[in-house]
Amino acid sequence: MNTLVASRRSFLKVGAAAAGGLVIGLALPVRTRAAATAAPADTAINAYVRVATDGRVTLLVPKSEMGQGIYTGFAQVLAEELEVPLATVVIEAAPVAAVYNASFAPIQFTGGSMSMSSSFELLRRAGAAARSMLVSAAAAELGVPASTLSAADGHVVHGASGRRLAYGALAVRAAALPAPADPVLKSPADWKLIGKAVPRLDTRAKVEGSAEFGLDVRLPGMVYAVVARAPTFGGSVAKLDASAAKAVPGVVAVREVPSGVAVLATNTWAATRGRAALRIDWTPGAGAGVSTTRLAAEFAARAREPGTVVVERGDVGQAGPGRALEADFATPYLAHAPMEPLNCAVAFADGRCDVYTGTQFQTVDRAAAAAVAGLAPEQVHVHTTLLGGGFGRRANPSSDFVREAVAVAKGHPTPVMTVWTREDDLQGGYYRPLSHDRLTATLGTDGHPATWTHTIVSQSIVAGTPFEKMMIDPKTGLDATQHEGASDLPYAIPSVRVAGHTAKVPVPVLWWRSVGHTHTAFAVESFIDECATTARQDPVAYRTALLGAEPRHLAVLKLAAEKAGWGTPLPHGRARGVAVHASFGSVVAEVAEVSLVDGRPKVHRVVAAIHCGLAVNPGQVAYQVESAICFGLSAALYGEITLEDGRVQQSNFGDYAPLRHEEMPAVEVHIVPSSAAPTGVGEPGTPVIAPAVANALAALTGVRARRLPLAHTAFTAPPA
Amino acid sequence: MKLDINGTAHEVDAAPDMPLLWALRDIVGLTGTKFGCGASLCGACTVHVDGQATRACVTPLASVAGRRITTIEGVAASELGRKVQAAWIAEDVPQCGYCQSGQIMSAVSLLAQKPHPSDAEIRSAMNGNLCRCGTYNRIHQAIRRAAEA
Repeated sequence: MNTLVASRRSFLKVGAAAAGGLVIGLALPVRTRAAATAAPADTAINAYVRVATDGRVTLLVPKSEMGQGIYTGFAQVLAEELEVPLATVVIEAAPVAAVYNASFAPIQFTGGSMSMSSSFELLRRAGAAARSMLVSAAAAELGVPASTLSAADGHVVHGASGRRLAYGALAVRAAALPAPADPVLKSPADWKLIGKAVPRLDTRAKVEGSAEFGLDVRLPGMVYAVVARAPTFGGSVAKLDASAAKAVPGVVAVREVPSGVAVLATNTWAATRGRAALRIDWTPGAGAGVSTTRLAAEFAARAREPGTVVVERGDVGQAGPGRALEADFATPYLAHAPMEPLNCAVAFADGRCDVYTGTQFQTVDRAAAAAVAGLAPEQVHVHTTLLGGGFGRRANPSSDFVREAVAVAKGHPTPVMTVWTREDDLQGGYYRPLSHDRLTATLGTDGHPATWTHTIVSQSIVAGTPFEKMMIDPKTGLDATQHEGASDLPYAIPSVRVAGHTAKVPVPVLWWRSVGHTHTAFAVESFIDECATTARQDPVAYRTALLGAEPRHLAVLKLAAEKAGWGTPLPHGRARGVAVHASFGSVVAEVAEVSLVDGRPKVHRVVAAIHCGLAVNPGQVAYQVESAICFGLSAALYGEITLEDGRVQQSNFGDYAPLRHEEMPAVEVHIVPSSAAPTGVGEPGTPVIAPAVANALAALTGVRARRLPLAHTAFTAPPA
Repeated sequence: MKLDINGTAHEVDAAPDMPLLWALRDIVGLTGTKFGCGASLCGACTVHVDGQATRACVTPLASVAGRRITTIEGVAASELGRKVQAAWIAEDVPQCGYCQSGQIMSAVSLLAQKPHPSDAEIRSAMNGNLCRCGTYNRIHQAIRRAAEA
C-alpha cells in the first residue's frame, strides 16, 4: 500500500513538468502525421489529465501502445472517473518522468502484462482527483458548496440552478488548487466505461495509414542509416574499406560505431546499397563458434545433473507404486520479429538529445542514450511513438537499438534515423532463450503423480544487465524467468523437486511474450497430459482432481472444456487437446482441435477461457488472448532461430515463418466473470497453445512431441 | 521521374532501380505504406499499380513511371476503398496496426476483382499479408462485411 500512496502523492505534483516535456507535442487521436500540436492553452490538472480552454481533454498514457490496446484501456479508466465522453478525448504518449515509474520499480516501462494491473487504482484516483479539482473550481466560481455540484460529460453541473460550467472554463482555476489527498472514487455500479467492450481509440488512424510508428517519424533534414554488424555475436571491425560505399549516390557518411559500421544516406534504399558496398574484415566475437545443434546436446546432458534446487517438498526419492515416466523437452531460440523492424531517430541540438522510437523501456533507454551522448538523463528527451509490435523486443535492459542509434547520430550535423532491415532484426540477437526441460514422475495407486521432478537448463535473461541485482536470487543464482511456470506448479503432488542450471552462451537473449512460461508450460502441460493418459484417465478430469486448491485454474478449465464440447465425438481424423497455465497473475485454459494434412499439423479451432480478474475492456481482453494464440502457434508450429559457426541461419519471413491467414484457426475466447483486481492479459494466452496442440496431436496419433517447433516431429495419421 | 500517386503528379529524383516503397516513404513522404521485409514476403508494403495489388518493396520505380499508383492515403478516393475501411473500423480490426495498410490494400484489390469472394478465396488472396498480432480472423470478417455492404 505504501507504494500506492507514494505514487498518488507524486503524480499530483508533476503536472507542469509533464506538460513541459512535450516539446514536439504531437497530439494523437492517437498520434498521427496530420495531428495538430498541443494547444497552448492546455492546462495540466495532473500528470494524466490536461484540459484545454476549448474543453478538449488530453489523457497522457505512460505505457507504450504496441497493439495490446493500453491507450484505450487507460483512457477508459481515466475518462470514467473524470466524467468525460471517451469519444472526445485525445490520447498522448507521456514523456519520461519519475511520476510515471511503475509502482513497484523505479522505471517507466511497458511489460510483464502489468500495465493495467499495476495502474488501475492509480488511474482511478488520478481521474477522480482531477474531477474533484474541477468541481472545487466550479464551486468557487459559482459561490456554492462543492457538495451541491456534480460532474457529467465534461461539465460541472449545479443541479439546483441548472447551471453548467464546461471543464475548459474551469481548468486554469482547477490546476491551481491543491490535489485532494483521497479523492472519492465512483462506485462500480455507476461505471459506464470500465468493464465495457468499447472500441479502440486508435483504429481510425491505423485504418487510414496516418498512425505514426517509429519508422514514420520525419524530422527536418533527417537522414537514414543502416548498420553493418558483425556476422557473429561479439565480433568487431578489424579492417574497413568504405570507398565504394561512399561512392553510392545518396550516401552522405560512413561512421564506425561500437556495434559496427553505419552508412548514412538521404534515403533508406541508398543506405542499404551503401552498406552492401562496404568491405569489412571482422574479428570473430565470443559467439563465433556457437552451434545450436551442439548446444541442444549439451543442455540435454546437463539436465541429467541435479542442478540448483528451487523447490523441494516431500521426498522425490520415494517412488510411487505406479508407472515411472520421464521426458525431455527442447525449445529453440526465437526472434520476436515484430512487423515493424527496429528503428530509432535521434536529433542533437544545443545540449539536448531527442530520441524518437517505439520503446517499451523509456527510463532505461533514456539512461543509455544519455551515457552514449555524454549528457545527463534530463537532457535526453524520449518521444514514444506507436509500436508496430513489441513482444518484449523493445524492452531491452541493454538498450541495444537506442544506444546504437545515438552513437550513429552523435556528431552528425543532422538528425539520423537508424533503420533495421528484417534480416538485421532476425539476425541481431536478443532471442527467447534456448532451453531444455527434463521431467520425471512416478504415479501413485490412484494414477496421480506421487513424485515429480523438473530440471531446467537455460540462459539467464538478466545476467550481466542492470536487472541482475533485482531479479537473480542470490541463494540459487537463477533468475526467476528461468523457472517461472515450473517452480509454481499448481498440481497437488506430494513430492516435488524443481531445479535449474544456468548456461552461459554468447548469444544475447531477452524476454519474449510470456518469457519463461513459453518453455515451462510446454514441458509441464505436455507431461501432466502424458501422466493422465498413462494412468488411462481423462486429461480434463485428471487435471481437475489435482487442482483442488486453485480456483482460477478450475474455473477456466471447466469453462474451456464446456465451450469446446470436451468429450463429444469429433469426425475421424480429428482430436482435441487441452492445457491450462497460470502466468502474470491470470490463468488461461485452451482446447485445441487438430488434424493432420499431408502429415502436417493443422489447427482448426481453439477455445480459450481466461480468468484475469476484472476485464476492464472485455473485447480487448478476448482479442489479446486470440492474438496470443496466433503468436504462440507461430512458434509452436514453425518458430526457430538456429546458429551454426556462430551465424544465424534464418534471414527473413521465408525461413522464419509466422502463421499466415490460411493457417489461423477459428478462435473463441471466454472470460470468467470477476470483480477482483485486474491481472495480466497480453501474455497469458501465449504459452498455453503449444502444449494444447501437442496434446491434441498425441491424442490423434499417439506421438508425443518432445521438441519445438512441432515441424520436427513426425506424426502419422490414424488408419481410416 | 514522374510518378502518379493518388491522383497527384510527383517529380521524384531517384535511381530507376529504387523500389517504389522507399520513394513513397523517404522521398514523397507518404509513410502509410509500410516496410516489413523488403522481399515480398509479408505484404506490409502493398499498394495498387493500375488497380493491381503490388508489393512496393520489390517494385522498381522505372516499372511504375506514368502508371496509376494508389496508396493507403488515397484508397478512400474509391467507393470500394471507403467501404473496406468502414468495415475495418466496424470490426475494430487493428491491434498494433502496422500491417493493416497492406492488409486493406490487398482486400480492396481482392474485392475489386471478386466482389463476393468465398472464404477460401479470401484466405488465399490474403495469405501473402502477414500479421504478428493475430488479427486474421477479424480481417476475414471485415472483408465479408465489406462484400455484403
